[in-house]
Amino acid sequence: MKSNKTPGFETRMIHAGTQPEPVTGARQTPIFQNTSYVFHDADHAASLFNLQTFGFIYSRLTNPTVAALEERLASLEGGRGATCCASGHAAQILAFFALMGPGDRFIASNRLYGGSITQFGKTFKKFDWHVDFVDVDEPEAVRRALTDRTKAIFVESLANPGGVVSDLEALAAIAQDAGIPLIVDNTMATPYLCRPFEWGADLVVHSTTKFLSGNGTSVGGAVVDSGRFDWSRSGKFPGLAEPEPAYHGLSFYETFGDMAFTMQAHAVGLRDLGATMAPMNAFQTLLGSETLSLRMERHCANAKAVAEFLEAHPQVDWVSCAALPSSPYHALAQKYLPLGAGSVFTFGVKGGYEAGVKVVEACELFSHLANIGDTRSLILHPASTTHRQLTDEQREAAGAGPEVVRLSVGLETLNDLVADLDQALTAASRVAAAAD
Amino acid sequence: MSDALTYTNKDLLAILHSTKAIAMVGASPKWNRPSFFAMKYLQEKGYRVIPVNPGAAGGEILGETVYANLTEIPHKFEMVDIFRNSAAAGPITDEAIAVAADKGIRVVWMQLGVINEEAARRAEAAGLTVVMDRCPKIEFGRLHAELSWGGFDSGIITAKRRRVRLT
Repeated sequence: MKSNKTPGFETRMIHAGTQPEPVTGARQTPIFQNTSYVFHDADHAASLFNLQTFGFIYSRLTNPTVAALEERLASLEGGRGATCCASGHAAQILAFFALMGPGDRFIASNRLYGGSITQFGKTFKKFDWHVDFVDVDEPEAVRRALTDRTKAIFVESLANPGGVVSDLEALAAIAQDAGIPLIVDNTMATPYLCRPFEWGADLVVHSTTKFLSGNGTSVGGAVVDSGRFDWSRSGKFPGLAEPEPAYHGLSFYETFGDMAFTMQAHAVGLRDLGATMAPMNAFQTLLGSETLSLRMERHCANAKAVAEFLEAHPQVDWVSCAALPSSPYHALAQKYLPLGAGSVFTFGVKGGYEAGVKVVEACELFSHLANIGDTRSLILHPASTTHRQLTDEQREAAGAGPEVVRLSVGLETLNDLVADLDQALTAASRVAAAAD
Repeated sequence: MSDALTYTNKDLLAILHSTKAIAMVGASPKWNRPSFFAMKYLQEKGYRVIPVNPGAAGGEILGETVYANLTEIPHKFEMVDIFRNSAAAGPITDEAIAVAADKGIRVVWMQLGVINEEAARRAEAAGLTVVMDRCPKIEFGRLHAELSWGGFDSGIITAKRRRVRLT
């Protein structure tokens, strides 16, 4: 027998997970706005609760509209299955919930999105989960940080906010040697620009709020499983490989094989953590994902042109954008993000904190808000907002110092974006001059 | 599952739609074992599943009598589903080949993780169709969009409306 031909990325971003609805023929995926699903009989109900058959019980665990998005994301990432949830932060909890027990540790990049640093470093402690933040540009530092209790390595493929690209292949090799999964936050790159599973990652997490939904309408998250990690070999992952008391001693890995992680993330993770994605948000994200490739192409083209403009601007100290040859991450970007280095990057304004704040406030077209990956161009001063909870040292490591401005370049006319930034920088230069 | 072993959706559907009865070798009477899950699911989809397990022979699983081997099954069945390890799949396949004409066996199907290339060659030489490293429950669910309900990639891309009717 021959193999099935795998359709291209653009075909899958429109069709994966969304066959015509069989009962009505509805071509667009219906919003299944309901909590619960009728059983055929008591035996069918028992089979569903025992995980012996496929089907829906209650929308905290699974929902048809959410499942359509899950299948689409699994397909786009090249994974086995996906678990959608309420937000990107929920996705991180869900991923670690399957892997971690009290006293366990994991290694994470010290250049993560500030919200992740706070969640991992502060809130996870309440579960007795411990993070070791490491400069992942130094593979030896990652190896040195490994302990017997280390259960995962976590990085962003393209880090928010600073134009930092992780060397996924090298990190995957370290994780593999240690018998632990590499988890990659692929929010900023999206599977159109980077597919971490192709470089050896085991799990991918997303904030679907950003480029995947694309219009700034819907908060959501996802954990995608490659299906390739052997959860039983090391004995380090009892939640997946040992008998599960809540399911009468069923072992997820033995029973479901390469589907174990995604089964566990729904049947235990969502069931008990309850951080479910709303069907309406899944629908909006499905709509957004249908145009992902087109939007990312324009996002990347606009962002690169804006970055080049800023790099040549006298009021700009530096630009950290992996699309620019001046970036220390340019070579990694060409390897891992050949179609474009995303549209979120930072630059340093001459004049420090006050000038940074002024640029943000003086913009007319860039929206001053705490999000990325919208069709609209967005601007933010991380030091006073998203990275405010961090220490000065953490802010510097994360590329969010006092003079730093973050852009998420949208899909507007390029000349309008450049003109807006130019007038804002001029306004900021007056602040800087007055301060001098 | 092995990437090297690939089967077309069309061929797998043809097997699943032309099969009525399945002898499941290694069927367990314990309700929380994977084979029990698969047997229950396939029964619910309308297949007759005949359990084969020497340790449980003479007893019943899910309303069906358990037999010690394929030869003793007093019915016709089109498929042998092997829920044993790859080495054990060899002699089971040979028994299937020996009784194929008598029982009406057309397909030897080895479960997820079960791969025995030599046994597969012998079965194919005897005119049988062989599937390895797959689960008929998962494939049935995948090809009928039920696997998708759990958030899994079915690999199926189609703009055709599925018919909801008896076939």
